[in-house]
Amino acid sequence: MEDNIVLKMRNIHKIFPGVRALQGVDFTLRKGEIHALMGENGAGKSTLIKVLTGVYGKEEGEIFLEGNEGAVTIHSPQDAQKMGISTVYQEITLCPNLSVAENMFIGRTAGTVQNWKKMNTDTEKILQSLDIPAKPTQQLESCSIAVQQMIAIARAVDMDCKVLILDEPTSSLDEQEVAKLFKLMRDLRSRGVGIIFVTHFLDQVYEVCDRITVMRDGKLVGEYEIKDLPRVQLVSKMLGKELDDLSDIKGDQQAFKKEEGAVPVFEAENLASDAGIKPFDFHIDKGEVNGFTGLLGSGRSECVRAIFGADHVTSGSVKVKGKSVKISKPIDAMKNGIAYLPEDRKMDGIVGDLSVRDNIILAQQVLKGFFKPFSKAEANKVADEYIKLLNIKTASKDTPIKSLSGGNQQKVILARWLFTHPEYLILDEPTRGIDVGTKVDIQKLVLKLASEGMSVTFISSELDEMLRTCSRLVVMRDRKMVGELTGEDLNQKTVMSTIAGGDK
Amino acid sequence: MGKGETVKANNTNFLMKLVRNQCFIPLAALLLLVVINLVADPGFFKISLGYNAAGNPVLSGFLITILDSGSELAILAIGMTLVTAASGGQDISVGAAVAIAGSVLLRVLCGENSRPETLQAPIIVAFLVSCVVAMLFGAFNGVLVAYFKIQPMIATLILFTAGRSIAAWINNNELPVISDPSFKYYGEFIPGIPIPTPVFIAAICIIIIGIVLKVTNLRIYTQAVGINQSSSRLNGLNPALIKVLAFVILGLCVAVVGLIKVSRISSINYSVIAKDIEMDAILAVALGGNALSGGKFNMTASIIGAYVIQFLTTTLYKFQVQSDALPAYKAVVVIVLVVVSAPTVREYFSSLTKKLKLSKEVA
Repeated sequence: MEDNIVLKMRNIHKIFPGVRALQGVDFTLRKGEIHALMGENGAGKSTLIKVLTGVYGKEEGEIFLEGNEGAVTIHSPQDAQKMGISTVYQEITLCPNLSVAENMFIGRTAGTVQNWKKMNTDTEKILQSLDIPAKPTQQLESCSIAVQQMIAIARAVDMDCKVLILDEPTSSLDEQEVAKLFKLMRDLRSRGVGIIFVTHFLDQVYEVCDRITVMRDGKLVGEYEIKDLPRVQLVSKMLGKELDDLSDIKGDQQAFKKEEGAVPVFEAENLASDAGIKPFDFHIDKGEVNGFTGLLGSGRSECVRAIFGADHVTSGSVKVKGKSVKISKPIDAMKNGIAYLPEDRKMDGIVGDLSVRDNIILAQQVLKGFFKPFSKAEANKVADEYIKLLNIKTASKDTPIKSLSGGNQQKVILARWLFTHPEYLILDEPTRGIDVGTKVDIQKLVLKLASEGMSVTFISSELDEMLRTCSRLVVMRDRKMVGELTGEDLNQKTVMSTIAGGDK
Repeated sequence: MGKGETVKANNTNFLMKLVRNQCFIPLAALLLLVVINLVADPGFFKISLGYNAAGNPVLSGFLITILDSGSELAILAIGMTLVTAASGGQDISVGAAVAIAGSVLLRVLCGENSRPETLQAPIIVAFLVSCVVAMLFGAFNGVLVAYFKIQPMIATLILFTAGRSIAAWINNNELPVISDPSFKYYGEFIPGIPIPTPVFIAAICIIIIGIVLKVTNLRIYTQAVGINQSSSRLNGLNPALIKVLAFVILGLCVAVVGLIKVSRISSINYSVIAKDIEMDAILAVALGGNALSGGKFNMTASIIGAYVIQFLTTTLYKFQVQSDALPAYKAVVVIVLVVVSAPTVREYFSSLTKKLKLSKEVA
């Protein structure tokens, strides 16, 4: 192995039932570098990390580690730790009710007798050397999340780690805390630690990283020096569109023409929620289809959740058809004719054990009120109607929704919201994980609904789909609204360069 | 195909449906108990008309005993089913809450004096006061569970521990005795009617919950919250409120049971009244094939389950099992029933019947 390389993964394959999660991925980490691992949802980043840390086994491939002859096998996370591979996750995995020093040494002392004094002085030394503002005897809980993360990192460093994996460490930190964390990372880099940095904040990658490895669909796209890869290139590589062959996708959608003097169906000013998005302005007109685009974690879903009142709204004012309203919980939005198909179908969408029929009528039933249940005959009629309309494949309307396929579950949730006859329909990733045929059906349906006067906000990870359906795209980056594209600007190149933040 | 075969096919279909029905297990258990009693002593089913001390005609016999003393359990099973479905946990404080409700009722009826010559307030007023108190305690449990996110069993442990002392404290630790004979009507007999009144009260409660489930969305709301809280919120529901509502309804059931219990003896024994009834109520829900982790529920099955438990208790008394030994016998039955109604076992049996059907067709 070359001198400056600490970790080499070669030709890694990992298969889950029905999915080839990793297909021949290579990854190389050098001493004293911060290496970003980038990729969209489902690219295989976390699988690769989990193979490296021994959480998953691998079907094929080899891992070489500095100081070990030949390939190593890592059976468990404990194994990985012993070999000098440590991971710090976004959620702190330490014990909040123990002291800083105890957390530093927990599970690491061999004997049964603990020298508390030595433990505390050792911890003091480490904290000082890394410039971490915490006392050894302080309870971990009483430190800020950023400091807790630093302590987790310090623990890893003290265990002689050669490879430090930081999995989305900055998601819950504010700017100053991020700056402190970066200082610590640079400090470690100068000590020769190899750091793998998983994040979806582009700015942060360009601020601290030396090298980038991009993955897509379980395959390696490439390894690049940071200075050789402009942002727009990085985005195009993550999304899988080469800039040279960007064909212009001509959508079926008409250029949207606003009626003279019409008030927007929905208008928001300075809207923000506790999910951490920067305040944003937004509006949608009658019969318009628009979309939120951006990379994973850019705040697309958080925006629409704030509109629907699904997250706790912290600021901003909202107008529906020109009238000021207060939307603080989903029912408020529903009463104002807004419907929301959530991103996480399983967690937020289906009510698993209930029948297809009950799942279809649920939202409208809640709107109708506690004392006005649908009769069985009415419910059956509605269920039959929508099963036919959306071509839902189910054994019967009494079948529990959880036994349907993903695509059909999605159609049931769609039916639920269509049945509320909304004026403004929000679809968050309605086509994720469903077959191509259903995808096209849903796109067509969106355009049809819009032509009938419904306003639709459409979110998808697939840019093609958005360009095909939306007449206006709102671009998000790092939880901020950074642009709005219409007309001629609705092409892959412009969208990507806006996502990346200019042609830098 | 001949006409006979169609009938046969329909029959097997009907059987399959029956076995899959959630009421099948409690009904089968009931049938088993009936058969055992028939074999042991057909006299078990004898009902005779006699006269009580007041000279009124009354029916007596083991079946009447079962219907009579099963009333409290059936009423509590209604509330417990809703609490289980909405919160995915159980309320273990109902016995203690019955003591409180009963104590409040007596306190209002007696006023300052614990042995009044006449009632100090109309019974209906006293009952309504005890309803309000029991519902407040229910709401207390519900708020702990829904807003403070405490495990239902832990949250209700508070009242389970404190309830009986609170009940004693309400009456200054005295034992009030009601001498007015009309108070006895609710727990014993109304003059001229030979069937015990609790049977009617239970029937009324069952009818009311039947109507409520029909004319309101209680069923679908409770189930949705129990199955997927996050998605029910996104459908405009307020999961916390619905959980509290379930506990408040259970509180109302508790107040009704409190009335029956204190009326039976025209007094109260704080440490014995409705003792261990919470466990039987939970058992009724489980016996009805309802998942104790919440979600979908079948009210009828729970209520049948309650009467099955009473049937079992009465049968054991009939066989002169000591009351101390009763729980051990019950436990054996519980093990059998719970295992039989476990989803894995049911799936096994349904696949077995399918195989049998197939082999028959081949033959």
